[in-house]
Amino acid sequence: MKTDITLTVNGDAVREAVEPRTSLADLLRDNLQLTGTHLGCEMGACGACLVMLDGAPVHACLVLAVQASGHKVETIEGLNESGLIKDLQERFHDRNALQCGFCTNGMLMSAQALLSENPMPSRPEIREALSGNYCRCTGYESIVDAISATAKMRSGQTGEVS
Amino acid sequence: MKSPAFEYIRAESVAGAMSAYAEAGDDVVYLAGGHSVVPSLALRLQAPALMIDLSEIAALSGISFQDGWLRIGAMTRHVQAINDPLIAAQAPLFAAAAPFVAHPAIRNRGTLGGSLAHADPASEFPAAAVAMRVELEIASPKGTRRVPADEFFLDIYETAIEPGEILLAIHVPGPVAGQVIGFDEITRRQGDYAMVGAAVQAVAKDGILQDISIALFSVGTRPTRAVAAQAALMGRVIDDASIADAKAALGDDLDPPDDLQFPATMRLHLARVLLGRILANLEAVA
Repeated sequence: MKTDITLTVNGDAVREAVEPRTSLADLLRDNLQLTGTHLGCEMGACGACLVMLDGAPVHACLVLAVQASGHKVETIEGLNESGLIKDLQERFHDRNALQCGFCTNGMLMSAQALLSENPMPSRPEIREALSGNYCRCTGYESIVDAISATAKMRSGQTGEVS
Repeated sequence: MKSPAFEYIRAESVAGAMSAYAEAGDDVVYLAGGHSVVPSLALRLQAPALMIDLSEIAALSGISFQDGWLRIGAMTRHVQAINDPLIAAQAPLFAAAAPFVAHPAIRNRGTLGGSLAHADPASEFPAAAVAMRVELEIASPKGTRRVPADEFFLDIYETAIEPGEILLAIHVPGPVAGQVIGFDEITRRQGDYAMVGAAVQAVAKDGILQDISIALFSVGTRPTRAVAAQAALMGRVIDDASIADAKAALGDDLDPPDDLQFPATMRLHLARVLLGRILANLEAVA
């Protein structure tokens, strides 16, 4: 039996009828065509499906759509259009911090959450924040570079990684 | 994989959730943060007819200190164990354990109560709960009761919570003067399951141990109190000799199984190494 849910996605009110087993990731991808949220493992290990739920990153594969009812979701499409992570995206581009791009959604979510809590993270702190994000193109060094450079630029330094 | 189909109710009260459970029979799963239940559904390890979502029940949230005990609502998220000042002050082992639990996004959603009720023998919070001698407040249709952590964890994924009952809160006895804690684990990767881990809480007066509470995890079917190691340390100064005796005594406390990852002898060796490190750090602060 389908359950009616209402939630806010990227600022828009959304009303849908979903099966209780539908994950938030499937709702976003299949019902709302927000395919920037990627689905890898569907068991909370790979981090490709991260979205902001009430402002904090969570795995959209581990949250049921019915659980998100009454809550506020922001996807990579919303973050992208807001312009809030433009600098972070540019640093990812500059430093070749993505190859296939499958993990990039989750990397950006984790990075944005880290930088909002800790504006000048050390490289070990960045690595710890990314510990739940898999990149199988082995791009971690450049991803850490990009996040570190963004932190420095946001705090008024040059952003050059020595 | 995708989860099998089930019916869903979002409960508004503990009583309402328990009566919905009773009506539906036993083929029911309660949902808290969902970070153990939802993957188990996706992996088709279970296929309940009904899911009762407890996450919006106000009575399960909140952290308060009263009469020397910290009450932590079962729906408290892992991240709150890191950030909440009351937990840091009154239940420091939960705060020390939390950064070891999975990854940041998991900690935003997973709950303390869910972790304890799930009772994975490799997870951190159950061992911290045993070491802190917390009491678990459980609601049943007949009333509520408090179960000491030592009697709560029964076996792998098995606790004193009976079918249909709900874990309401975790009660932590407030720290006493001179209390010190240690928490550490050995893992292959950040956030991965521990090969072995330990939570230690001690009270020292003039350097002499008045109390010592040690719980290990990932060493068997449940978090395990190291009774013999505790006895080897009680009333003594933490030094090389007492640490060596405690490490030797661990052989009486632990009987880990061989598994696919590594043999029992290696697990016992790692437990001894880890306990030695934690005690040596306590020596510095006690």
